Amino acid sequence: MAENGIGVAVRRKEDRRFITGAGRYTDDINRPDQLYAYILRSPLAHARINAIETAAALAAPGVVAVFTGADMAADGVGGLPCGWGVANKDGSPMVEPTHPCMVVDRVRYVGDQVATVLARTRAAAKDAAELIEVDYEELPSVTDIHSATADDAPLVWDEAPGNVCYDWAIGDARAVDAAFEKADRVVSIDVVNNRLIPNAMEPRAAIGEYDEATGDYTLYTTSQNPHVIRLLMGAYVLGIPEHKLRVVAPDVGGGFGSKIFHYAEEAIVTWAAKRVGRPVKWTADRSESFISDAHGRDHVSHAELALSDEGDFLALRVRTRANLGAYLSTFAPSVPTYLYATLLAGTYKTPAIYAEVKSVFTNTVPVDAYRGAGRPEASYLLERLVDKAARVTGIGPIELRRRNFIDPDSFPYQTPVALEYDTGDYDACLAKALEIADYAGFDRRRKESAERGKLRGIGIATYIEACGIAPSNVAGALGARAGLYEVGTIRVNPTGSVTVLTGSHSHGQGHETTFAQLVTEALGVDIDNVDVVHGDTAKIPFGMGTYGSRSLAVGGMALMAALDKVKAKSKKIAAHLLEASDEDIEFKDGKLTVAGTDRSVSFGEVALAAYVPHNYPLDILEPGLEETAFYDPKNFTFPAGCHIAEVEIDPDTGVTEVLNFVAADDFGRIVNPMIVEGQVHGGVVQGIGQALYEQCVYDPESGQLLTGSMMDYCMPKADNVPRLEVATNTTLCTHNALGVKGAGEAGAIGATPAVINAVVDALSGIGVDDVPIPATPERVWQAIRQAAA
Amino acid sequence: MTVTVSFVLNGEDVSVDVEPRTLLVEALRDRLRRTGTHVGCDTSQCGACVVHVDGRSVKSCSMLAVQAEGAEVVTIEGLAKGGRLHPMQEAFREHHGLQCGFCTPGMIMSALDLVSQNPDPDENQIRHWLEGNLCRCTGYQNIVRAIKAGAQAMRSA
Repeated sequence: MAENGIGVAVRRKEDRRFITGAGRYTDDINRPDQLYAYILRSPLAHARINAIETAAALAAPGVVAVFTGADMAADGVGGLPCGWGVANKDGSPMVEPTHPCMVVDRVRYVGDQVATVLARTRAAAKDAAELIEVDYEELPSVTDIHSATADDAPLVWDEAPGNVCYDWAIGDARAVDAAFEKADRVVSIDVVNNRLIPNAMEPRAAIGEYDEATGDYTLYTTSQNPHVIRLLMGAYVLGIPEHKLRVVAPDVGGGFGSKIFHYAEEAIVTWAAKRVGRPVKWTADRSESFISDAHGRDHVSHAELALSDEGDFLALRVRTRANLGAYLSTFAPSVPTYLYATLLAGTYKTPAIYAEVKSVFTNTVPVDAYRGAGRPEASYLLERLVDKAARVTGIGPIELRRRNFIDPDSFPYQTPVALEYDTGDYDACLAKALEIADYAGFDRRRKESAERGKLRGIGIATYIEACGIAPSNVAGALGARAGLYEVGTIRVNPTGSVTVLTGSHSHGQGHETTFAQLVTEALGVDIDNVDVVHGDTAKIPFGMGTYGSRSLAVGGMALMAALDKVKAKSKKIAAHLLEASDEDIEFKDGKLTVAGTDRSVSFGEVALAAYVPHNYPLDILEPGLEETAFYDPKNFTFPAGCHIAEVEIDPDTGVTEVLNFVAADDFGRIVNPMIVEGQVHGGVVQGIGQALYEQCVYDPESGQLLTGSMMDYCMPKADNVPRLEVATNTTLCTHNALGVKGAGEAGAIGATPAVINAVVDALSGIGVDDVPIPATPERVWQAIRQAAA
Repeated sequence: MTVTVSFVLNGEDVSVDVEPRTLLVEALRDRLRRTGTHVGCDTSQCGACVVHVDGRSVKSCSMLAVQAEGAEVVTIEGLAKGGRLHPMQEAFREHHGLQCGFCTPGMIMSALDLVSQNPDPDENQIRHWLEGNLCRCTGYQNIVRAIKAGAQAMRSA
């Protein structure tokens, strides 16, 4: 193992700038002569616009311009594109409405963009926006799945009858029906997966700039994937050729999915910058983030599990309705389908599965991928159902899971819902979690709590996720309108230091350290001599960015492929310098040695020779030492694990406290254990947040967002969560050379069902067998009262 | 209409013309270009904007710039001296107390006020103190660890 190579908890290279206040986030950037944009948003959930009067705003102090959707339309600006098409059961395409950057004649959710004011200060722009008069004719609205799918529900889109975007299915319905007919027992459950608001700590921001002399545009933006934004905005919205558009995603303060998507504001500031000939900066207030960042989750499902008397799972049938909001956000259609229903096998060998998903439009903020994206929804549904089956059958949560786990020796395992798992050992993670959680001692702890008048419960969730998205041809066949490879460049500088260019984007994940560890391991270069560059389309090759726990499994593998090329070329150069054959050169610890001799050159000497090729095989080898590789994964990766939560409930108040939490995960090989632990901590707390605290609430009558600030939307705080116990059990991914699987989302996938299963366990003794999520004190208190009545 | 406000920022006298309604954080970021202090919300919940005013932690989004007249203001940029990190900064790095880094300046400034009042806080005290500081990345575990270690380092410094 190299000193700071693979497996070492190297302290992060990027930290110094963040802890000294020298990070450079989008809103920290100021361009000469910039204007500030304020976006006037719809205060109504659904309305026709009869007129927009902007003259008074334009005349206000400091105001330079006021634009509306009509101005953008007149310039031929296109709508925001959707990056994933999903077909209906009958093969017909989904309904795909237009998604204007600013509306022209109808608003469809509270927060829809109506007008943009440009002024010399933020305050002036905001003041002037209050002078814009919009003549709205209010229309009836729908915000939740039930009302959207009711007979004679108001229509969000005239072209989407019943508000249905698509009605999709996966699996073998006939095989499932047959299995249910033969089943000894059927257990069913209705679950809601609560709507969440991502709330990365840095609000979104964007700065557009246009250079009249060269025709070049620059967009600084809070994005997880600058090249994707360049492609979507350049090709579909503004019609800017890609070589004239640079997109920079500098330091980004958290994403969790919400910064994947191409948002209207990016196009507005870029377009407006050319219109007024000055840079234009927009930064969201947090209140604005709540009504303009894509939300997450929001499913309503009914699921049935067919079992034999012995507890074998025979078949699973799932019917899900998903809320997509008012417009299709960039990857929205894929989340409740290919990222959700394909995971319904979980860690179990259920032989037949059929899932139907109907996704609907509502007058709410668009819904798209949020940490886990579809996989938390699948894991929550399945693990709640399995726990219920364990209770109903009396087999118990551990035994029932063990009975149905896919055996470690049956990999590769083809599930009935499209995926082929390459490897895993689910019982090993379960056993480890049980041991750390002292499951055996739980009854004693339950009694102790009971003596204090408290209800104690323990909950298990085993989960699997599909990460490392994705083999491009597979994703393409499923409707993806993009490639999903990753790119990396290893640029060896003449004096032997290394600059890494990666298409992955770090917004907290620590790539500048993890990727440097790969380089130091492969080339023996000191980690201080490795720098990782990301987030600027002018500096890096066309990369796909960071989401779906893909950076190491796809981006890291691109770097590994580039490193292999660097090593191969280095051996040729060394062979020339040492007058040996390149097959005889061994590359180890930064030295290239003729095998079996003490003749060697350092990697630094090889690098110098490559750039000062005086003694160099110029007839057969190009000078220079810089290699790029594009890596398209062969399969998804399948992190899996077991999370156990232990809670205590005060029956008098309904308050649930998480006392202990254990996560035992299989992420494949771990490059930096410190960073991986941190990822799990953060994910688990977001999962606990979903289970107990976080809930996006719309007023059903008015369509107003009631949880529109951090005062109303409860994010977990330090004293809401326990100290977490985190462990790993490793099986190596079989189809990438690093053996890595990805760790970014697991916490948010396993924690939510573990906590709710624990809450239900705590209450099951008093006759409660279900609690709504999030299990807030009021809801738990009500459940207790109802059971007692 | 603007007014001139003068205060000491990280040991240096500064004067800046602001509108009376300008918040301290806006003056720091937009006018004085000290962008280490962040804005994460507009309801004074998140704590990303915590600075020290006359030795106490303050959410600089909940104070007008004019109220800082004559005050001693310290921001995250004022902690490291001569290129040497403050022990609390060092502890955040050592214990992986940050991921995206956006909440970090506020966390560190808030932690320093805690330690000035309670040089040896236990885990519960730290968690309770951080009620006004939100982090979405770390799950708080390593922030708590970092603050405990930072306090220890400050005691032995």
